[in-house]
Amino acid sequence: MMKTKYAVGFFIALIGCPIAALAGDKNDALDAKVISIIKRDFHDKGIARLDRINQDSVQAMCTQYLNNPPIVDMERLEAEQEKAIKWPADGKYMGDWKAGEKLAQSGIGMTWSDKPDAIPGGNCYNCHQLSAKEISYGTLGRSLLHFRAQFSQIRSGEELQRYVYGHIYNAKAYNLCVKMPRFGHLGILTEAQIKDLVALLLDPESPVNKQ
Amino acid sequence: MNTHIIKSLFFVLLFSIYGSVVQAASDATDEIAKYREMISDGNPADFDEMRGENLWKKPSGPKKVSMQKCDLGKGSGIVKGAYAELPKFFPDTDRVQDLESRLVSCMTTLQGIPEKEITTKPFGGDNYKPDIESYVAYVVGQSKGVKMNVSLNHPKEKEAYEIGKRIFFYRAGPYDFACATCHTQDKIRIRMQDLPNFNKAKDSQAAYVSWPAYRVSQGLFRSFQWRLNDCFRQQRFPEPQYVSELTIDLAMFMARNANDAIYAGPGLKR
Repeated sequence: MMKTKYAVGFFIALIGCPIAALAGDKNDALDAKVISIIKRDFHDKGIARLDRINQDSVQAMCTQYLNNPPIVDMERLEAEQEKAIKWPADGKYMGDWKAGEKLAQSGIGMTWSDKPDAIPGGNCYNCHQLSAKEISYGTLGRSLLHFRAQFSQIRSGEELQRYVYGHIYNAKAYNLCVKMPRFGHLGILTEAQIKDLVALLLDPESPVNKQ
Repeated sequence: MNTHIIKSLFFVLLFSIYGSVVQAASDATDEIAKYREMISDGNPADFDEMRGENLWKKPSGPKKVSMQKCDLGKGSGIVKGAYAELPKFFPDTDRVQDLESRLVSCMTTLQGIPEKEITTKPFGGDNYKPDIESYVAYVVGQSKGVKMNVSLNHPKEKEAYEIGKRIFFYRAGPYDFACATCHTQDKIRIRMQDLPNFNKAKDSQAAYVSWPAYRVSQGLFRSFQWRLNDCFRQQRFPEPQYVSELTIDLAMFMARNANDAIYAGPGLKR
């Protein structure tokens, strides 16, 4: 039972109470004004176009409830997000961990100073510890060091691979207001790139798992 | 003082930190703090402050008038302690303004400089140093040691704060980020960079009073508007308009949360 709970909590960042306390009461008139200011005071620059500030249903819900929406809404949107996951047509989830490691290191992409043809990185080390060798890692997300050992007792084989693929593709399908970007859902990484990252996390030979 | 020597010193220090695998990130933070202390009586931003002070007193613009009569909120010509009370409501413009917005007002009304000339390229780069940035360095330096005292007494100040708070929590863009995504947890980092938790007074104060700052990695003095602009870039948002209501309100949220701290800028950053 505890193990199941732990698995569900996979990739969860800290959300909730202190933020809600800070943001205070709901105020519809003010909220409308905020939206009009946001639409007026941002402008296109490079590849970062103004339409990026328009929220989809997940972003709007998580903003409105300061990342702590009512459970019924949360579950409804999570189900929608999960339904929209595009699973690999060939049924294979594992790519090349070496390419995955390179991608995990790269934090570039999607900013207005990035060139249109720049390939966005996975940004993984920005927020996660992954291999023991890389000491410059962020701590916004949980440590993924020895990922295989961490998770193989909870899930295994293809089920675990699919689970990891799904999280990288769209972490919000599992936990609606989690901090992690939706790399597949919002078109940041390709199917092949996500497979490479799955391999980085699950291949026993990858630097994440091999000491 | 030679800024290049400082820069190379800094990088030698940084590389020695990165080179040593056993050292944890907290040690790295300590090392940067030590470095700050080492050159604390010689921040390269001193040059920007001096340049700003000279420019401040020099007649310029189409009207050939100096900035000395600029009212930064404490009355015409008073610079001392003004930054510690900004942003604030200004009756003459009927809106809340931060320092840079107010400087634009003075440059346009007193000196007759067209606003577009100031706001089109407000941030410095290689061989380019806009006057407004030097004014910022001079003015904030005149609040060093002054207690932060940002008011919410005027209804428009209160509203600016509330709007700023909502902007801080607004999630959007290709990565679903808000300012809050990276800045509402204790003791977290992106790579090696510590992130202040703006839900906490102590972090909010320490971060706010150390900006504007000289950025060693860029070799440039950077204003608070620049700081916000570059945050939005990394948030993968489009660009905020310089001195727009959006940026002023967000600055108001952050400045007010820093109240009672002793202003310590211009700061020194990696």
